[in-house]
Amino acid sequence: MYKYDNYDQAMVDARVAEFRDQINRRIAGEMTEDQFKPLRLMNGLYLQLHAYMLRVAIPYGTLDSRQMRMLAHIARKYDRDYGHFTTRQNIQYNWIKLEDCADILEELATVEMHAIQTSGNCIRNISSDQYAGAAADEVTDPRPWAELLRQWSTFHPEFSYLPRKFKIAVIASYEDRAAMRLHDIGLELVRKDGELGARVFVGGGMGRTPMIAPEINPFVKADDLLSYLEACLRVYNRYGRRDNMYKARIKILIHEIGADEYRRQVAEEFTHVKTLGIDPPLAELERISAFFAPPAYDAANVEPDRNDPDFALWLDQNVKPHKQAGYAIVNISLKPIGGIPGDATSAQIDVMADLAEKYSFDELRVTHAQNIVLPHVAKRDLYAVWQALRDAELADANLDLISDIIACPGLDYCSLANARSIPVAQKIATRFADMDRQRDLGELKLKISGCINACGHHHAGHIGILGVDKKGVENYQLTFGGSGAEDVSIGKIIGPGFDEDGVVDAVEKATEVYKALRKGDERFVDTYRRVGLEPFKEAIYG
Amino acid sequence: MKLLTGNDLVSGAVTWWTGNGWSIHVEDAADVGEHGEAILHAEEGARRVNAPYIIDALPTENGPRPAHIKDRIRALGPTVRTDLTLKPADPTAGDWII
Amino acid sequence: MVEFRYRTDEVTEQPSVTLDAFLDQSNATAVRLEPDDDARALIPFLDRLTLIEVAFPKFRDGRGYSAARILREAGYQGELRAQGDVLVDQIAYMRRCGFDSFAPEASLNPDAVARALAYYDHAYQGAADSAVPIWKLRHG
Ligand code: HEM
Ligand code: SF4
Repeated sequence: MYKYDNYDQAMVDARVAEFRDQINRRIAGEMTEDQFKPLRLMNGLYLQLHAYMLRVAIPYGTLDSRQMRMLAHIARKYDRDYGHFTTRQNIQYNWIKLEDCADILEELATVEMHAIQTSGNCIRNISSDQYAGAAADEVTDPRPWAELLRQWSTFHPEFSYLPRKFKIAVIASYEDRAAMRLHDIGLELVRKDGELGARVFVGGGMGRTPMIAPEINPFVKADDLLSYLEACLRVYNRYGRRDNMYKARIKILIHEIGADEYRRQVAEEFTHVKTLGIDPPLAELERISAFFAPPAYDAANVEPDRNDPDFALWLDQNVKPHKQAGYAIVNISLKPIGGIPGDATSAQIDVMADLAEKYSFDELRVTHAQNIVLPHVAKRDLYAVWQALRDAELADANLDLISDIIACPGLDYCSLANARSIPVAQKIATRFADMDRQRDLGELKLKISGCINACGHHHAGHIGILGVDKKGVENYQLTFGGSGAEDVSIGKIIGPGFDEDGVVDAVEKATEVYKALRKGDERFVDTYRRVGLEPFKEAIYG
Repeated sequence: MKLLTGNDLVSGAVTWWTGNGWSIHVEDAADVGEHGEAILHAEEGARRVNAPYIIDALPTENGPRPAHIKDRIRALGPTVRTDLTLKPADPTAGDWII
Repeated sequence: MVEFRYRTDEVTEQPSVTLDAFLDQSNATAVRLEPDDDARALIPFLDRLTLIEVAFPKFRDGRGYSAARILREAGYQGELRAQGDVLVDQIAYMRRCGFDSFAPEASLNPDAVARALAYYDHAYQGAADSAVPIWKLRHG
């Protein structure tokens, strides 16, 4: 894992001092809320339904046990004993006091964490593949590149008042576990003639106009990457729309001028920017990469004893192959049946930290599906890990099944919401609580957002649910056929919306149609793509 | 009736204008009638409230009931964590929201 | 009114003209850029300009940051002034993009500005100021 040097540490320490000063000026009345808002947002501090909400970055989703324990400590000391892991590899605290905020950041800084640029119209936390460094299919570990980008984008003087927020994801495998093409910039690291570089996709996103990012450049060399991104951002900063907040994302600019024209403008800007000498030498990427060297694997390749049926179920569902023989990737579901997707108590966070320290070379990951990963667990330890998880109510064996629901906070917490998301997730999970039934349905990604901003990725759900406000009453629209993976696609609305119970019934009917029509080992989304909407519509509205 | 609501600047807690101050209990909220804007500006200027706004509500025998579900959730707390609402001991408190 | 100036030369007395007026004819030496003006249009004339004023009608509109860098990258040495909705917490970024004078609409507290400029000793990335990026400090 990356370790801060004195420069990195000084940067977050200074940020704490600066933000403390900004908060003091606000409390003393030297700034209006209108002036303070963009400043607090640039540090992840929102005003939500019940209190201030603080979003803490977990850069590219990687953290160690010390950092994880700090997250638990913050939850206990300053919040109400829990945190919410989000689709952007951040954690949100829902009950923060403005007066505590600087102290929280000061504590976070002691473990190399921060809330820098977790909101605001700037470059946000860089997200990545939760299996980075452990997946057999990666061409390289994407995290050193993500760290390079984290540093480049931190306090970028030119790109801190962009037309709108800007999200970057980096992956390094064909399989896309990070919804890469639904980001403003998605980078897929590839190897060409032995050299590593990035395939650059620009202009994806969700929100009210979901778009899949087109490829803008098939290969940018490592030592050109920052110049190239600088060119991408500069064109956007100059020409992105600022007249209408809903049209301000880079996807709209690219949609309006076309990918070819955008590519041309970036190429022209790049020719100029490249002369400025802003690219670090490859030695910097190498310096960072050294921190991500593989751990000292030493376990023999023994298969775990599958005698305990609950354990065997969990093995089959939540444990994934590791590139190192003798090891496995453990997914910890934060989706207990009837629970709140992505929430974890401070005690659970501590348990996961302890397990990471003891069994996973001190590493944890946060996933965009709001789960946690122990990336490097020796197979001989799997049973012990499972037992500890089970005791902490963290052993639900539902990864990628219908109850592994992504849900945004919705109207229970979010001031922008039209409808509640969490109760819908709870009802659906409860309806499908039977594990045999869930496993029979197979991979089925269900994603819920409480409004069109799409924080719950509903556009990318095999089944998506969008909360809308129908004359003051919560109403839910269903979409089918989305995907945030390598088969990326945007779901289509199937028809009129439903009330809360109606949408649960409709989901159930859809699964029955799937069961009747599926061929071989087709997933729900495959069947839907093959047969189209009609049979589903008939069963649901019929 | 019209209510004036916002968040406490320092703690962020949801607050309601009572006629001579702020309370976290919507039951204490007073009808601001035509005076909402004036009170809002004075109170915001004095930093006794943050992000204030005026809402419609219905008077009931248990006190004012905000017209919009969002403000009812603000008044009580998250429906999915009744333990964290203002009425943690009352498991049916959430019914008031719907 | 210019409240903060980080240059030692004389202040230009000439009022600045719009970009269109400047491109039309003028031999003016001071010009004012609005957010949607293309800063690159000035590149052929940088030698004879002593003041470029960049307007920030709203602080959230960040186009002026790119304009400033583009002008400095093209070799402009004269005064580069940020005018308008310029706030304490923007000034450090503006300095890094090459602005060296500030005419905020609403007067700023000089102590707060001094503090804002002093928080960070280093910067991660190269920009239009003289700060040596951290990667360069690391690799000598
Ligand atoms: C509760 C406070 C939150 C607020 C006020 C908020 C606000 C927003 C807004 C306004 C957008 C739309 C941006 C646009 O289209 O220009 C958005 C998008 C998004 N948010 Fe949130 N959000 C919140 C929480 C979350 C949470 C909890 C998550 C993760 C579960 C999240 C993840 C995302 C993602 C992934 C997008 C889509 C990005 C895109 O449009 O490309 N947000 N959010
Ligand atoms: S999708 Fe809407 S309701 Fe859900 S968190 Fe985002 S802004 Fe809030």
